Amino acid sequence: MALAKRIIPCLDVDRGRVVKGVNFVGIRDAGDPVEVARRYNDEGADEITFLDITATHEERDTTVQTVEQIAREVFIPLTVGGGIRALPDIRTMLNAGADKVSINTAAIHDPTLVSAAAARFGSQCIVVAIDVKRVSEPGSPPRYELFTHGGRKPTGIEAVSWAKKMAALGAGELLLTSMDRDGTRDGFELTITREITDSVDIPVIASGGVGTLQHLADGVTQGGADAVLAASIFHFGEYTVREAKQFMVAQGIPMRL
Amino acid sequence: MTQRVAVIDYGMGNLHSVASALEHVGALEVVVTHDHAAITKADRVVFPGVGGIRDCMDAIRRLECDQLLEQAITVERKPVLAICVGMQSLMTASEENGGVACLNQLPGEVKFFGSPHQEADGTRLKVPHMGWNQVVQKQAHPLWTGIESGSHFYFVHSYHVVPDDPGLVVGTFDYGLAGCAALARDNVFATQFHPEKSHKAGLTLLKNFLSWDGTC
Repeated sequence: MALAKRIIPCLDVDRGRVVKGVNFVGIRDAGDPVEVARRYNDEGADEITFLDITATHEERDTTVQTVEQIAREVFIPLTVGGGIRALPDIRTMLNAGADKVSINTAAIHDPTLVSAAAARFGSQCIVVAIDVKRVSEPGSPPRYELFTHGGRKPTGIEAVSWAKKMAALGAGELLLTSMDRDGTRDGFELTITREITDSVDIPVIASGGVGTLQHLADGVTQGGADAVLAASIFHFGEYTVREAKQFMVAQGIPMRL
Repeated sequence: MTQRVAVIDYGMGNLHSVASALEHVGALEVVVTHDHAAITKADRVVFPGVGGIRDCMDAIRRLECDQLLEQAITVERKPVLAICVGMQSLMTASEENGGVACLNQLPGEVKFFGSPHQEADGTRLKVPHMGWNQVVQKQAHPLWTGIESGSHFYFVHSYHVVPDDPGLVVGTFDYGLAGCAALARDNVFATQFHPEKSHKAGLTLLKNFLSWDGTC
């Protein structure tokens, strides 16, 4: 008997369609978000993450409607991220049916948003997304920093101390994405995953780089992650969520089947 | 058995998911409200809750939901399902927010997991207890119908309920301690997990609640 590790399919949604790009370039259409979410729900996904990557504010109104539709049909936890800048954005998404919201860039601009959000809505619904890149030279001790704008803009903020700070401010969970690996299918960046999971007492979701089922298992057994997030290996029918879970169970990982 | 359900809304968190899950499993009418007349009219009551216990208790008292629950539980004896912080609010007191007096419908305490929290063998456990854990059914109950003991349910909490009467515990989870996943007394059933987020097992439980006559 143990708390199960979680598999979280991620829907990157642009103007109402699920898309997936390699390092955010070369976007491929993967369908209608409500249909995709329903399929993952049926396949036994443990949660669903919905990341709105729509460029402009105006087009985001459709996002709220999409979240509402998903929440009416999907009876597992739903996290919504992308464009969450202030407390009213969080309120809007929770009212639309999200169980958690993911805060990324806004936490960098104003870390007190995390504490204010946790105080207002409860830590359980505040996920802080941390996008990192390795900045140290090969051969030197690894150092990872936060990047914004899809991995293009450095912030100079060191990843592990930032993770600890977010946990201390009241984040309920961390979503750690390696921007070096995202879209590459080379597997999670396990070094920083392990370092952060060992440094904080809150759950950590590993993200970025999954290309095989072994990568998912490695995120848990080597990276120490509480949950693993992937998109493209599920979107295009390579593997079902159920197959992924069976694979992980066979490696001795507690899962909900 | 009619299936008009009132979901008590005291302004804390997202209640749409519990309402839509109830509709999904066949509730004829679900009202999300703190209007006393509407709740009196309902056949059964769901008492959800998320967030900090102090804010929850303040809102419950401000909207006089405490009287409303007292009425539903002990006078009208309707089937009542309390979820997560709703369950915790029914206890005597919680350690959260420096200690908060609760409704004392079910005598017992709400305790912090501890920091650090660990398994008996020293394995570190994260707090909140977040994710899918197995619920072992300690007693038969109509709400467990069609759900296997050991099924996974979705939890997210840092505090857990310890009733004075261990005989009320109908389900447990294992997370560094044998925690109370569900307790039941007469017409009240309370869960620490979120049935509305627990996929098939949770939907089955909600469906069972809709046809429950409030007896054990």
